[in-house]
Amino acid sequence: MIRVEGLTKNFDDGVAVAGVDLAIARNEFFAILGGSGSGKTTLLRLIAGFERPDRGRILIDGVDMTDAPPHRRPVNMMFQSYALFPHMSVTRNVEFGLRQEGVRGADLRRRTEEALDLVAMRDYAERKPHQLSGGQKQRVALARAIVKRPKVLLLDEPLSALDRKLREQTQLHLTEVQKKTGVTFVVVTHDQDEAMTLASKVAVMNQGRIEQVDTPRALYAQPINRFVAGFIGATNLMPAEASGEGFLGEGVAGFLVAPAALAGAGPFWVSIRPENIAISARNAHLPRSNAENGRVESLSYYGDHTVYFVRAEGGALLRAALFNAAHAAPAFHVGDDVTLAWPPEAVTVLRS
Amino acid sequence: MTRANGGRPSDQAPKNSAFPSAAAPYAWLLAFFMAPLLVSLAISLTHAVDGVPPYSNPLDWRALNLDNYRSILGDNLYVLALWNSVRIAATTSLLCLALGYPMAYAMALEPPHRRHLLLMAIILPFFTSSLIRTFAMINLLKETGLINQALASLGLIDPAHPPSILYTDAAVQIGMVYNYLPFMILPLYANLVKIDWSLAEAARDLGAPPRQAFLRIVLPLSWPGILSGLLLVFIPACGEYVVPTLLGGQNYVMLGTQLANEFFQNRDWPTASAVAILLLAILVAPLLLLQALARRLEAAS
Repeated sequence: MIRVEGLTKNFDDGVAVAGVDLAIARNEFFAILGGSGSGKTTLLRLIAGFERPDRGRILIDGVDMTDAPPHRRPVNMMFQSYALFPHMSVTRNVEFGLRQEGVRGADLRRRTEEALDLVAMRDYAERKPHQLSGGQKQRVALARAIVKRPKVLLLDEPLSALDRKLREQTQLHLTEVQKKTGVTFVVVTHDQDEAMTLASKVAVMNQGRIEQVDTPRALYAQPINRFVAGFIGATNLMPAEASGEGFLGEGVAGFLVAPAALAGAGPFWVSIRPENIAISARNAHLPRSNAENGRVESLSYYGDHTVYFVRAEGGALLRAALFNAAHAAPAFHVGDDVTLAWPPEAVTVLRS
Repeated sequence: MTRANGGRPSDQAPKNSAFPSAAAPYAWLLAFFMAPLLVSLAISLTHAVDGVPPYSNPLDWRALNLDNYRSILGDNLYVLALWNSVRIAATTSLLCLALGYPMAYAMALEPPHRRHLLLMAIILPFFTSSLIRTFAMINLLKETGLINQALASLGLIDPAHPPSILYTDAAVQIGMVYNYLPFMILPLYANLVKIDWSLAEAARDLGAPPRQAFLRIVLPLSWPGILSGLLLVFIPACGEYVVPTLLGGQNYVMLGTQLANEFFQNRDWPTASAVAILLLAILVAPLLLLQALARRLEAAS
């Protein structure tokens, strides 16, 4: 559907997008995830046509769109600020794109109403943008962007302006609209939860490059490098070197054993997710591998789970997450001597 | 702690301190605008006398009449002055808009650090008195002036019979546009720089070619700036004195020049006051019209 080949964009103050290759399938809900300055917004603006690439190509449905101006691309965008026209009513805003296409009369009315129904905003058709709440503005912006049935809908941080409660509801709504219309959605976000819950595929961007493109599950379970492992969720990440029985991690006394042996020399890094680490009272017989004694240094209580920061005997500060039983206080306290243990499957070895 | 025991200093203090600050603008208007206006109005109803002051007693209300207004409106010279003032002010406003809008637009699109520089460049001419700058224009516009010299050296005009710009309508028009352009650019710039440019991008994204995006989105949103710019130029331009005097020549009449004439040459304060009041009446009409328009636009957006 969308093919991006070797796309590069330089700004005066540095490289924004550095040789990005990307393929997005039809009907996909795709997310581009990255921190600020990762180049994700520039990539989106390149696809929309607001920026011209220095190198590379953009193909949409097989047609080279690299040099097409924004108004000639079968792509519509939902802006982060929504960019609703303040001097036009909701209806006029939604109609705008159709009118530019020359749609008039009954056809115009029908399609506008359909779009407003899709986002349940028909009752607000005559309001001006300043008379709407944030969530309503978001829905009008969605209706306006989707009314022309673009091949691709670009969404720039679609939920960032909404409060937490509304965000969850809007996430469901976006997924529903995507399924109903069958339009390919490409959402740009800095929020990993948003990317993971919305999208069927996520591209992780860092310093103008795409680090990994995968399903949310694969990104979490099999990150290909330290950046992805650290960016998606929390993790215990440490440099390690290969040794006879497994790996020796920095600041960890015991061996780290992974399910599959890795050939070749290092350097390696090891990632262990906090929720995969079991925490128990100090065990007199510490296994030789995948276990560590330590002392609870601090803890964070989240209601449903507690995160323990444990100073391992080797010196590393490991974080372990434990679900809380109903109404129970955290099982361990600061200063408790504990043993941490994890299965081999929890050990992910990274080469870069 | 009821109000009945009244007069507690702690209760009264904030009330008293709030009063003068709210009343200050009104007091200012009353003292420096309404009072002189009423004095002018009163003098315009008297008749000229030889003496100090050079008008009959305005408190003698039976002697007050509209004779001055009648003679002004019956005098072809004043009708011409009135026509010239409104015509020149109107064309000046429109020319300033045509020149100023693209300039303000370009400034608003610049990155912030360059905007300040450009803003400075717009304001810089104000550091010199407009009188001096208009004098300088004489040297550009006169028959042997820099413009004609340049044209002659390019062989475009005959140096023996140079065309004269100075002391024509065109000279006044050029001087007026030059003097009033910043009054158009500044409010337009202040308006355009606040426009959210993602709105124009959204229009492009929805299929509008650049021209349509401008006409349907940017232009409607810049109406408030256009209106204030037109007012800021039209109002002072109507009463302009320096430019028509210096660039229009002895016989060029506008209301401002006639007003000065009556005051200083003829010492006819009552007629001069009547001219001033008439000028004000001319200015109030478009002011009210544009204000109503602005309010409607505001209500619409």
